[in-house]
Amino acid sequence: MASRGIRDRVSIVGMGCTRFGEHWDRGASDLLVEAAIEACDSAGIERGQIDAYWMGTMASGRSGLLLSEPLRTGYKPVTRVENYCATGSEAIRNAAYAVACGAYDLVMAIGVEKLKDSGYSGLASQAGAPTDGTQASMTAPATFSLLAPAYSRKYGLDEATLRKALTRIAHKNHANGARNPKAQYRRVVPEAVIDRAPRVAGMLGVFDCSGVSDGASAALLCRTEDAHRYTDRPLLLKALSFIAGPADGAKRQDYDYTTFPEVVASAEDAYGQAGVRDPREEISLAEVHDCFTPTELVLMEDLGFSDRGTAWSDTLEGRFEIGGAQPVNPDGGLKSFGHPIGASGLRMMYEMWLQFRGEAGARQVAAPKLGLTQNLGGAPGRCVSFVSVVGPN
Amino acid sequence: MASILRYGSYVPLFRLRRDRLSPAGRGERAVAGFDEDATSLAVEAAREALRGCPGSPRTVLFASTSHAYGEKLNGAAVQAALDLPSGVRALDVASSASAGLASLGLAAGIADDGPTLVCASDVVVGAPFGPREAAGGDGASAFLVGPADSGGVARILASATNTLEILDVWRGREQPFARQWEERFALQGLVPALAESLEEALRRAGLKVADLDAIAVDAGHPKAAAPLARAAGLRPGQLADDLSAVVGRCGAAHAGVLLAALLDEARPGDRLAVLSAGDGASALVAEASAGIADLRPRRSVRRWVASKVADVPHRTYLKWRGVLPFEPPRRPDPPRPAAPPMRRSLRWKYALVGARCLDCGAAGLPPQRVCPACGALDRGEDVPYADARARVATYTLDHLAYSLQQPVVSAIVDFDIGGRLACELADVDPPRVAIGLELEMTFRCLYKADGVRNYFWKARPRRRAEAASKPASRLPG
Repeated sequence: MASRGIRDRVSIVGMGCTRFGEHWDRGASDLLVEAAIEACDSAGIERGQIDAYWMGTMASGRSGLLLSEPLRTGYKPVTRVENYCATGSEAIRNAAYAVACGAYDLVMAIGVEKLKDSGYSGLASQAGAPTDGTQASMTAPATFSLLAPAYSRKYGLDEATLRKALTRIAHKNHANGARNPKAQYRRVVPEAVIDRAPRVAGMLGVFDCSGVSDGASAALLCRTEDAHRYTDRPLLLKALSFIAGPADGAKRQDYDYTTFPEVVASAEDAYGQAGVRDPREEISLAEVHDCFTPTELVLMEDLGFSDRGTAWSDTLEGRFEIGGAQPVNPDGGLKSFGHPIGASGLRMMYEMWLQFRGEAGARQVAAPKLGLTQNLGGAPGRCVSFVSVVGPN
Repeated sequence: MASILRYGSYVPLFRLRRDRLSPAGRGERAVAGFDEDATSLAVEAAREALRGCPGSPRTVLFASTSHAYGEKLNGAAVQAALDLPSGVRALDVASSASAGLASLGLAAGIADDGPTLVCASDVVVGAPFGPREAAGGDGASAFLVGPADSGGVARILASATNTLEILDVWRGREQPFARQWEERFALQGLVPALAESLEEALRRAGLKVADLDAIAVDAGHPKAAAPLARAAGLRPGQLADDLSAVVGRCGAAHAGVLLAALLDEARPGDRLAVLSAGDGASALVAEASAGIADLRPRRSVRRWVASKVADVPHRTYLKWRGVLPFEPPRRPDPPRPAAPPMRRSLRWKYALVGARCLDCGAAGLPPQRVCPACGALDRGEDVPYADARARVATYTLDHLAYSLQQPVVSAIVDFDIGGRLACELADVDPPRVAIGLELEMTFRCLYKADGVRNYFWKARPRRRAEAASKPASRLPG
């Protein structure tokens, strides 16, 4: 399989991100406009300079008109992108390829989701294509909760220790979010509160789940040779990988619910594109898809940050905290931001943008060399996965 | 005349204690789970009857007073769940508690036209705290009836039915609960009808009452037994337990459940009679065959009765039956399943038919053109999964999902014959679920939307008398 990548050929030269939260006073179009204007301002450009748009949303609207109408983009191409919870990352990837091949010079990737208008608890997707009614009806927390007992069984980890590691993940991400003015939740949550939270599914309590919020985020991309026109500190895209798996984990008895094979495949692809040999040593910081605490635990192993069966001890030893050896989700993650689906992948990239410009304030990681974002959609055994590697030069 | 080739019964897991309904209440009644209806109950009993039985019936009669659909052939779903060929003629028989036994008599009459599967089931719902709620029961029976020379469990010696226009039990189309006229009036009409039908059946069989080894009476009224015994000249020892104390009267299914209980215990040569009252009366006289011991279903009525969750809270029961309104979770209502995809996946959805790859041998479900294991194209052969044994590979309790009974227990289920399915567990006590738990598949109504019943399969812990008799946790209201 050829997956050559476009290492360093495309850069991000401007970004914007709304605060994530319950925006009762703003709709999807308001959030899109806010993120787009902020991105243009950060690059010092007029909207008319943008040649084309890639807009991600899972269910807040349809077609490019969702963006072209409120932003008054004129007669320009706007591509609507959807790929489950990795929708925002897909917008970046497709926009990047368009400038890399020379079709356009300056493009915008933008993502939005307006979840709080539905009145539903948790993430509830709208009715899709008509079906025969035989599909399992598990909610998202239920499917991801399957990881926890499988993990403790495989590695002989007692439930109390696993609980401690999951609690530490939730605590870490909330503590990071408390230092982020754009996060939905900005409070440090005591570990005892996380432990005592009402159950949602399996061993997952409310604080093991990401929140439900509204938000939008946008990035401007151009070929790296043109980046100096807009900024002296561009963020270079070193790898972009996307995998849609065979979705057979709930059909084949050899899948054991302790890994996302799709993430392993997309990480391997991304490391190949970026020339990363030892991710545990070379990746300075990462934004990963912590939709539920066991997801982040398993991702540390799938991304090669921890050996198999050791992510729990790395977590408890503080490796992934902001002061640790390899900070993960320094912006607070889905845990603190909630998960407005089309925006999340771009929100992860926004933290990389700030960190590599030295603008992350109280969350600043010292002298980062390479960053990684990882975004997935679906469920264990049936998912899509995105991995990017980025850096300052 | 005709033979009962095979039979089966089904009593759902849950029991409602009558002393929860009134201080004088005695015993308990069987209640269907929230995901069971007349169709799914009939499928359970019919699977017991047809397990290991070669060939297909020519006709399916489905008797009930609580058919799931008012318009749409309920017997068609039964036929599909049993994976019977479309050449089967299916008919619903409705409106009276005696419809079950009358259908059995009818099947005997058309035995020369090929075997008939007679299913009868009912979910009997009475007004809360009223006598019908307490006395009713939920259950099902099924009999495969064929020509007299074809062996089987029993020979049907005779049957008789008489019809009486009498206002005893009635329910209009708009009424949720049946009403009943004064019992003393019903008795003076129905007891003679029962006695006459028995007399007529015995006359046709060339027998006398004294020749009968056991008589089961589904009279519809607890006070009917004594006057009937006098009118028909029964000996005290002839009258079988009517299961009212442990199951309750299961509408159109009850006579069949009583007959199944008699067949469960009968010795070859035993002569049995079953009577059923309702807008007249039906009687059937049968003689147990020499081969009965080898042809009984896997589970007897006694075994179904012993396997139970003993004390479902009344408010839970009322919620399950839709008598008490249910506040749905703040989640989207499940969508109505669509007719064309259901039609396309008929044998998968209704009969749980999967596929095995002719190239690599891997079995899995649902069937798909490209083998999930080896990638071969169009090399799958049908594999029935309905009777496959399975185990819990992993599971979770879902407190957020839409269901009448939370938490939903969802599991990844691995089959002994290969293949895996993500599905709900039915009839399950959440604290008892564990990895490795042994499961069997059960046909259920997953939910209703826009009046459409979404039938599919769930897995349930294997029904065992000892395992379920004491629930580890009380069901929440």
